[in-house]
Amino acid sequence: MATSSRIASVSTSLLKNNQYGISSVVGRASSWWSHVEMGPPDAILGVTEAYKRDTNPKKINLGVGAYRDDNGKPYVLPSVLKAEERLSAKKLDKEYAPIAGSAEFCNLSINLALGEDNEQSKNGLNATLQGISGTGSLRIGAAFLAKFFPGNKEVYLPTPSWGNHTPIFKHSGLNVQQYRYYDPKTCGFDFQGALQDIAKIPEKSIILFHACAHNPTGVDPKPEQWAEISKVVQQKKLFPFFDMAYQGFASGDVARDAFAVRHFVKNGHEIVLTQSYAKNMGLYGERAGAFSLITSSKEAAQTTLSQLKIIVRPMYSNPPIHGARIVTEILSDPSLKSQWLQDVKGMADRIISVRTQLRDNLKKEGSQRDWSHITDQIGMFCFTGMNQQQV
Amino acid sequence: AYRDEDGEPWVLPVVLDLEKKLVQSVTYNHEYILFLGTDSFKTLAPRLILGEESPALRTGRAFGVQTVSGTSALRVGAELLARYYNYTTFYISDPTWDNHELTFLYAGFSTSRKYRYWDPVKRGVDFEGLIEDLREAPENSVIVLQLCAHNPTGCDLTKKQWTEVADVMQERKLFTFFDAAYQGLASGNLEEDAWAVRYFADRGFEMLIAQTFSKNMGLYGERIGCLTVVLAKGRSEDATNILSQLTLIARATYISPPKYGAEIVTAVLSDPELMEEWKKCLRVMVDRVLSMRSGLRERLEKMETPGDWEYITNQIGMFSFLGLTPRQVEYIRIKHHVHMLSNGRANMCGLNDKNIDKVAEAIHDTVTKVHD
Repeated sequence: MATSSRIASVSTSLLKNNQYGISSVVGRASSWWSHVEMGPPDAILGVTEAYKRDTNPKKINLGVGAYRDDNGKPYVLPSVLKAEERLSAKKLDKEYAPIAGSAEFCNLSINLALGEDNEQSKNGLNATLQGISGTGSLRIGAAFLAKFFPGNKEVYLPTPSWGNHTPIFKHSGLNVQQYRYYDPKTCGFDFQGALQDIAKIPEKSIILFHACAHNPTGVDPKPEQWAEISKVVQQKKLFPFFDMAYQGFASGDVARDAFAVRHFVKNGHEIVLTQSYAKNMGLYGERAGAFSLITSSKEAAQTTLSQLKIIVRPMYSNPPIHGARIVTEILSDPSLKSQWLQDVKGMADRIISVRTQLRDNLKKEGSQRDWSHITDQIGMFCFTGMNQQQV
Repeated sequence: AYRDEDGEPWVLPVVLDLEKKLVQSVTYNHEYILFLGTDSFKTLAPRLILGEESPALRTGRAFGVQTVSGTSALRVGAELLARYYNYTTFYISDPTWDNHELTFLYAGFSTSRKYRYWDPVKRGVDFEGLIEDLREAPENSVIVLQLCAHNPTGCDLTKKQWTEVADVMQERKLFTFFDAAYQGLASGNLEEDAWAVRYFADRGFEMLIAQTFSKNMGLYGERIGCLTVVLAKGRSEDATNILSQLTLIARATYISPPKYGAEIVTAVLSDPELMEEWKKCLRVMVDRVLSMRSGLRERLEKMETPGDWEYITNQIGMFSFLGLTPRQVEYIRIKHHVHMLSNGRANMCGLNDKNIDKVAEAIHDTVTKVHD
């Protein structure tokens, strides 16, 4: 049986195929695939699958990463529905978007993040592209840094972080390290631990921050703590990578939720910023997000943008239009935008009130434990402090 | 992209009607779809390319996953091959779509090669050259084959030529990767256009197939594609492992593909009436392109423009290699403001009743004045 030298090195699969006695229809006795290993199962999906298998009529799903209304149903924001009505009436075509997405979408996104009158977008210092939601934007960032980052190609993630951060960075060829973040004793932010660890990070490494509503802990640094962190990051010459997946969704106030990002930028950091409209506009499946590189010169913004486009083209050519058009419609119209801000505040408020109720009910049930972390934490997720067995 | 007779983008009427209903439906939302797409999409899209009766689909040894467009289907498939199976070498036609090469290189392939395809003298396929190059390809080279309506030349292989290609692929142990970007837009018939990939499937080939609904459903910017994996008979159990690897690639790139466009595709493919409407739209597009091709050829022959213009109607699909040299392409752009790619690729959809005379005259002028 003729095989290539490469397949011979995967000898177990050859033996496996011989047992089946596959005829060499394709000229090779083996399948091309037999040595593929099973990939690790997805942790979050596993929870949803367990929920689906649970036959108890009173089952409850606290694993899903999407907003649910008071009836446990998916929620399409009123501002989004309105935007879609308007878009239908416009009778737009379905032509390809530019590789970087529409310029309008990009401008609206960076201005939402940095504030309407920010110096960076006014002076063309940002290289912004539409990404395939937050994940796609992270992937663009990871690919760009892997290729062009002049410093130490290691990304320092908070412990814990969103489960998909590591695969995204590793897939792009970057190493991943940790810094302390969550304190299980207090169910809060380990400020001292974080500062200590950050101070030890090798110069010119990449450090990732969740801009607000940290996933999975719900624990965010206070403004004065962010200010301290910014100083240390500057001293240690680290490169900040902000993942902002919940702007507006954390406190209900888009400016407040963007505090850390805006603070860092105002203090002269050149940052990477990824944004997602999955949660704050409920556009989950439509994959609308943005990637920005804040540079110190117009030239740098232009050259980096050209390189970013080169990364995007062989990945998916250009981004999906539907979700981005909804975002653009909302953010570019003052009345729709203000409706949206109300919708987002409504979602954030419901979450805050649920947190309060949960905490109060635990007390009522007679629990002696300190459950204040439930209301101290912010955003969709809460680190309950339960251990694996209790879960 | 397709253009109508006024030179405008054309949203297919069947799609427009569907969109109105979709947005008003009570179940309409923007929830996440799973990493690899919805169950209906994953059933219907592969069925479109491999056929209703496909034994490979029925036995589960062929399966598809939704991707973020055709480019993404190529990229995800290429990453599967390069990262998990260590394929290193790929072949693309000379010439080919300008994004093929980088897509495979970025996916992790190290060696890019070309197989001869366009014969500038014949203005058709250099079939002997193609076969020679495939014969000399190292074992385990991945060969990218365009299913129909070859981009950029417009020259497709005959059925007989496809059988010969299959013979060489089998003999030389080359891996088949079909790029199916224009099913329905070549001949106007979905089954006819899919002939080659179904023939390969019937012969038992293992392969990857990248599909897109950008052109045939006019969904360009919605980014709806499908990667179909076809395994050898008796190898269905490899499917689980491969799906989990595809899931990892999707998760690390975009998590899940877009929902909106996929719902449109699923609605059309699952409804016989909508399928009929869609097929009518395909005929509209193809007929217009065919009439432009024959119109251009007639005019050039009437003017006795030097050269043999038969190939314009022999070629198929949106694009044509008109056989203009780079200097002629530059001349026609500067003098006549007729724009085409520097390699001579012209989009036949750009022609319409208002400009076809002008274009014919421009070609006539260019070919008579500019000689290389």
